[in-house]
Amino acid sequence: MVPQEKIDDMVDAMPAFSNSVMRVLDLTADINCSPRDIVAVIDHDPVMTMKILKLVNSAYFGLRQEVVSIKQGVVMLGINTVKNLAITIAAVGMLPRNSIEGFDSQEFLLHSLGTATLSRILSHRIGIPAKESTDYFVAGLLHDFGKVVMVQSMPEEMEQALNKAANEDIDLCVAEQEIFGSTHADFGAMLASKWQLPAALINSIGEHHELRTEDQDCPMRDCVVAANILTKKIAFGNSGNPQVTDLPAQVASRFGCNADDLLAQIENIDEQLEKTRSFASV
Amino acid sequence: MQLTFRGVRGSIASPGPSTVRYGGNTTCIEIRGDEGEIVILDAGTGIFPLAQDLLKELPVRCHIFISHTHWDHIQGLPFFTPLFIPGNKVTIYGAGDPVSQRGIQDVLNRQMEYAYFPIREAELNAEIDYVDLPDQHRVEIGSVSVENILMNHPAMDYGYKVSCNGKSVFFTGDHEWPTNIFEPEDEDYDEFAQEIEARRLQIVDFIRGVDALVIDTSYTRAEYPSKVGWGHGTFDTSIAVAREAGVKHCFFTHHEPTRSDDALEQAFHQALEQNAAGQVAHEPEFHLATEGKPIDIPASEGLPGALAFLDI
Repeated sequence: MVPQEKIDDMVDAMPAFSNSVMRVLDLTADINCSPRDIVAVIDHDPVMTMKILKLVNSAYFGLRQEVVSIKQGVVMLGINTVKNLAITIAAVGMLPRNSIEGFDSQEFLLHSLGTATLSRILSHRIGIPAKESTDYFVAGLLHDFGKVVMVQSMPEEMEQALNKAANEDIDLCVAEQEIFGSTHADFGAMLASKWQLPAALINSIGEHHELRTEDQDCPMRDCVVAANILTKKIAFGNSGNPQVTDLPAQVASRFGCNADDLLAQIENIDEQLEKTRSFASV
Repeated sequence: MQLTFRGVRGSIASPGPSTVRYGGNTTCIEIRGDEGEIVILDAGTGIFPLAQDLLKELPVRCHIFISHTHWDHIQGLPFFTPLFIPGNKVTIYGAGDPVSQRGIQDVLNRQMEYAYFPIREAELNAEIDYVDLPDQHRVEIGSVSVENILMNHPAMDYGYKVSCNGKSVFFTGDHEWPTNIFEPEDEDYDEFAQEIEARRLQIVDFIRGVDALVIDTSYTRAEYPSKVGWGHGTFDTSIAVAREAGVKHCFFTHHEPTRSDDALEQAFHQALEQNAAGQVAHEPEFHLATEGKPIDIPASEGLPGALAFLDI
């Protein structure tokens, strides 16, 4: 793995997804651009979202309360500061579409957006108040953040892991474990924890493949776990993991059914996902 | 505790015959603690006349709190004469630039780069310390305590509450009460509305009950619609918050640089009329901040509800 001290520099230097970079530059060229359009672009991009949450929750700001979503960030820092942070991120460049074999950043983005959207939908189903559903969207959007950082920072090893998973038809986590000694979920959670993001978000990222704190009640994690599985089942995007499992027992019991039934029970799923697709296409 | 406005003008200094009654300097507020502590809020051009007065009481030990680093709040700092004199000690507090993530020291050092000013920060003879403040932090200075809270402006902008022996003053820095970035028909409108209301209440609670509220009141009701998002308050919002927070006195500041004294008074009276000032219970006293007159803020147990400057 990458030495701890290099991680921040590496993530700071990491570009966001091409379509959001282009949209941010395009929107902000007009001084009167609509704040909600800017926010919509940022909060549909895992890299922009993570970078801004990282900064807003850092000791630099020393805010009393945790900031979980970009909208909360706007409430605390003001739209102009958030806009300028996005411009700074856009200036870093754009993630290439295929930097390594087996990883397509457009498909990855679609998978992240699909998981985010379904995580929010599932939160409504288990009675999470509407006010908190944005946090569930964020958790879904960021669940695979570790993967995109690994692709950028350790491309050769990550290519090996992706190929191994594809060729041997095994879970990507198993391949990562063999090559790195830990998984993209561990890496993402380690970053989120280092950046002092909220505990529920860290759990959701770290345990989206494997529930470790089984007796712990974490509805956000359970929604992300289920959303990730459903997004793969309907093949909305692709994050490079060929294995699709059913819901773990604890998650199944929270929703009272298995993955297929859960999928069948979500109304207008295609329509809801198509709305987010526009954020992944240039 | 004593408060003196040294600069009350927003955006850019605007000296001249039409601004002579309220003053043309940009933001600077001098506060003296009961034991002579010197707290300065912002370092606009108004800090220059203050500097002249401080030369009569060397050596100077003072604490400068910067609300935010826009020019009109830091412009006077390189001309703050006590910084040049050995034996003086100045501590500068504030927030840096969140976008470049530079601290308050770096932001001010750049202001004194050779292209902008002939003397470098390193050449100043006073002992100067810098403190980057996290949100809602308390600094104790003798009998005075200063607490900051993040406000809403296109910058990291802190409001400061200065307290001394039970008396208190709150200064907003530049501040616009957050507005909803969504339209009522948008899915996110209600959630955002709840978030900004929670934040508004957090700030109102922080201000609650102060003896004097000094508040950014840049715009009139008619002007505001074309200035939404610029980061400044209005007479309407300032009056409403002063009432809600139950403050005793409310000073409107950050006067528009293009507004003459006559126009300022006219806007003030119109706003009081529009808001039926004086017709509600426990009404705060509203004032236009005016450069130069020291205002005593007596002990709250001494003269409850009536401060020494009722006659201004």
